Amino acid sequence: MLLAAVAAVATATTSTRPAWPDILVFAASAAVILIGALGVVTSRNPVHAALSLVMTLFGVAVLFIEQEADFLAAVQIIVYAGAIVVLFLFVIMFLGVDRQEDIEVEPLTGQRPLAFILSAITLAGVLAMAATAHWVTGAHQVVGPIQGHITDAASPSGEPAQLGKQLFTTYLFAFEATAALLVIAVVGAVVLARRPPVPTDAAGERAESELTA
Amino acid sequence: MSLSGAWYLGLAAVVFSIGAIGLLVRRNVLIMFMCIELMLNAANLTFVTFARMLGDIGGQAIVFFVLVVAAAEVVVGLGIVVTNYRRRSTTVADDLNSLKG
Repeated sequence: MLLAAVAAVATATTSTRPAWPDILVFAASAAVILIGALGVVTSRNPVHAALSLVMTLFGVAVLFIEQEADFLAAVQIIVYAGAIVVLFLFVIMFLGVDRQEDIEVEPLTGQRPLAFILSAITLAGVLAMAATAHWVTGAHQVVGPIQGHITDAASPSGEPAQLGKQLFTTYLFAFEATAALLVIAVVGAVVLARRPPVPTDAAGERAESELTA
Repeated sequence: MSLSGAWYLGLAAVVFSIGAIGLLVRRNVLIMFMCIELMLNAANLTFVTFARMLGDIGGQAIVFFVLVVAAAEVVVGLGIVVTNYRRRSTTVADDLNSLKG
């Protein structure tokens, strides 16, 4: 039913038949993404879940390349697979919680069927919208065009150059706001990770030794 | 000619639903976080698909911001997990019931 709905949308909106390499790439990366996503949800060991997450992220990066978002694919690999998942693994190892978890028991009665029903409703709603609505409404190219591949090496007009230009013009305020957000996140992480000072009689000495340690 | 955007949107919807199920069902805070990352990735895929369908670079710029916000969220979230583990020696959401009457 699900595949049929997507296929109906695809045939309704496709004017030209896509080349078979594109179909192959999409099918392969879709399989990788779905296996990884299911692995995250079903694995008992948090380390296995993190590795499944890497699998999904690689699949999404391949689909980014397939859709001519080469720069974002690189950022996806570097930031997500390289930094965020490593941070997850670091915390898992640091806390020593890489144990098997019993996911057979259902702590809250009726929670899992309810979760499945709610997610199925969400999925059905989105797919029904995809099948009936005309997705692309309004003006094309509000912000700026995606200019495919670099044609002239002297004046690069590829997708990264376009993206950079938009980030520093149209989205300049948002860009500065993310800078502030990152500073706040770093300060918050440091404050959270700091051990509270131990109250003792020789508070001065203890506090100093802990600060230097 | 790449595949129609509908395929990508359908895939993103499925991944989002899987992430939502995981967030609702799993009890380990770390895995719940990973499920949030799944949902964010599904949203990113949708943004990139619409950027291609509309031929507008704005969708890709939004993905850039989503990446930054996800990184900040993970840093602060894992900091909270570590702090909480120091106090209670658990990463299971069900054990955080000290406000329960």
